[in-house]
Amino acid sequence: MKIVVCVKYVPDATGDRKFADDLTVDRDDVDGLLSELDEYAVEQALRIAEEADETEVTALTVGPEDAKDALRKALSMGADKAIHVEDDGLHGTDVIGTSLVLAKAIAKAGYDLVISGMASTDGAMGVVPALLAERLGVPQATLLSEVGVEGGLVTGRRDGDAASERLEARLPAVVSVTDQSGEARYPSFKGIMAAKKKPVETWDLSDLDIEAGSVGLEHAWTAVDSAADRPARTAGTVVTDEGEGGRQLAAFLAGQKFI
Amino acid sequence: MPEILVYVDHVDGAVRKPTLELLTLARGIGEPVAVALGDGAADTAATLAEHGATRVLVHEAPEYAAYLVVPKVDALHAAYEAISPAAVLVPSSAEGKEIAARTALRIGSGVITDAVDVAAGGSGPVAEQSAFAASYTTTSRVTRGTPVITVKPNSAAVEPAPAAGAVEALDVTFSAQATGTKVIARTPRESTGRPELTEAAIVVAGGRGTVGDFTAVEALADELGAAVGASRAAVDAGWYPHSHQVGQTGKSVSPQLYVAAGISGAVQHRAGMQTSQTIVAVNKDPEAPIFDLADFGVVGDLFDVVPQLTKEIDARKG
Ligand SMILES: Cc1cc2nc3c(=O)[nH]c(=O)nc-3n(C[C@H](O)[C@H](O)[C@H](O)COP(=O)(O)OP(=O)(O)OC[C@H]3O[C@@H](n4cnc5c(N)ncnc54)[C@H](O)[C@@H]3O)c2cc1C
Repeated sequence: MKIVVCVKYVPDATGDRKFADDLTVDRDDVDGLLSELDEYAVEQALRIAEEADETEVTALTVGPEDAKDALRKALSMGADKAIHVEDDGLHGTDVIGTSLVLAKAIAKAGYDLVISGMASTDGAMGVVPALLAERLGVPQATLLSEVGVEGGLVTGRRDGDAASERLEARLPAVVSVTDQSGEARYPSFKGIMAAKKKPVETWDLSDLDIEAGSVGLEHAWTAVDSAADRPARTAGTVVTDEGEGGRQLAAFLAGQKFI
Repeated sequence: MPEILVYVDHVDGAVRKPTLELLTLARGIGEPVAVALGDGAADTAATLAEHGATRVLVHEAPEYAAYLVVPKVDALHAAYEAISPAAVLVPSSAEGKEIAARTALRIGSGVITDAVDVAAGGSGPVAEQSAFAASYTTTSRVTRGTPVITVKPNSAAVEPAPAAGAVEALDVTFSAQATGTKVIARTPRESTGRPELTEAAIVVAGGRGTVGDFTAVEALADELGAAVGASRAAVDAGWYPHSHQVGQTGKSVSPQLYVAAGISGAVQHRAGMQTSQTIVAVNKDPEAPIFDLADFGVVGDLFDVVPQLTKEIDARKG
């Protein structure tokens, strides 16, 4: 079984994230890392691989040069190989374009199962897996908090707004997993050393037969016109409880007409 | 006036509040045409008409409940073909975003998710979003095709605006992919008797500081008619169900009042509550980052402050 795990290299959420002058995500001033939510995807890919015979786990990323770090992390966790799609023409690509590049790369790599995280921690749209299923023409079993593969079927639990559902789809399929799916492992020292020897292929747009006119900032199907630093919420009154804290808070809420 | 297609989120015919908010936004950019699917779809018409839907396209079929997402994409696509709207608005639930994105791809249009406002602009609807845990506000547009935009709950007021709401049967042919992912069992979430977290006007949330005892948090919530939220630390510890988690990987809420008790205010938590109108916090640690956002904060033990607050509100109510 061939498993492709889609991983994204994102600016650290605990850093001071900003927009660049062209209103794309600034990647220079904040350290990047493998999106924490994609660690759950790598973890589930490895667990599924451990249960099955003859499984190969490939980590795939679309991103700039530094995105290799995200692949290294996935490899040191235990993925077998990695593919990095990198091309200057990709700067500023929106979600529709990103899904095109990922889908072409997944098809070229070959797959039985595609696994991704529930959303990136920067863009946070959470729709790439659904778009991949649409483009690849295979079932989507997304936002799973529990996942298993057996006998050519993927099953899992999706906790929705109104109900918790058990899903079942035939492979090949696209799956995404939530942060409830199981703690991700830390890379071992051995894993980190082994990762250095694992193959990382680099593909550009021409390797994927993608025309330059279908990706990149200029050709995105959406445009960001402005990005304003939200006025920091002015910290209001802070009182120390000396036996009256609850009543003081009540007085504030009454002043705001909440009571 | 151009027609705006609004995807209806309903449970057996009961329309959920975010859909009514979408009708308000849709009226700002055109004439709302609603599309309601699945069991009870026709029952949504009266409520939708009261809130401005000029037409209500309905289609009931077992596929909507039996298979994941794709049947709904097929139907929204069919509705798009039938009315050629100027924009498509969908509630920003996890499923709503997936339906919106797949539909956008099919019709060759750009997609914007999690808008907090949609307004008319010189070159099509302009969507406002918040980014990076709500530390930025952005405006964006769809530049290709028909804008498909998902909108977060509590982004607009629900306004009565009576319209015809003419019910029309929608013709839907399911695609080959429609039956790809089977829903083999469904366990409805148990009702707590409290308001829905994402729709509530007031949310009272507890974190690790509760050490697992949510009694004070729940009592305050009930006094205020509020929903109960929880931090991931509280959820991971098994103290409160995941469906109540607020934050990046939980629900995103935007109530009029957010009460944080024993929550430090980590960036991933802020991502889900920073757009609340008024924020108040109770925390033992004067350095807790939650105080940077709070309009009013009490440095103190939540087990003292919260019950006193509840009692005082009760007393003030007389
Ligand atoms: C990828 C990712 C996604 C995440 N998603 C989410 C998310 O969706 N939602 C979320 O909440 N977190 C999320 N987190 C976790 C987040 O980083 C924090 O760990 C979490 O929010 C902490 O929860 P807390 O504030 O309850 O706990 P803590 O940070 O431990 O804070 C507890 C607070 O309670 C106070 N306290 C203790 N006792 C008392 C008392 N008796 N009275 C008053 N105050 C008291 C303490 O002073 C402290 O400030 C995510 C993290 C990652 C990496």
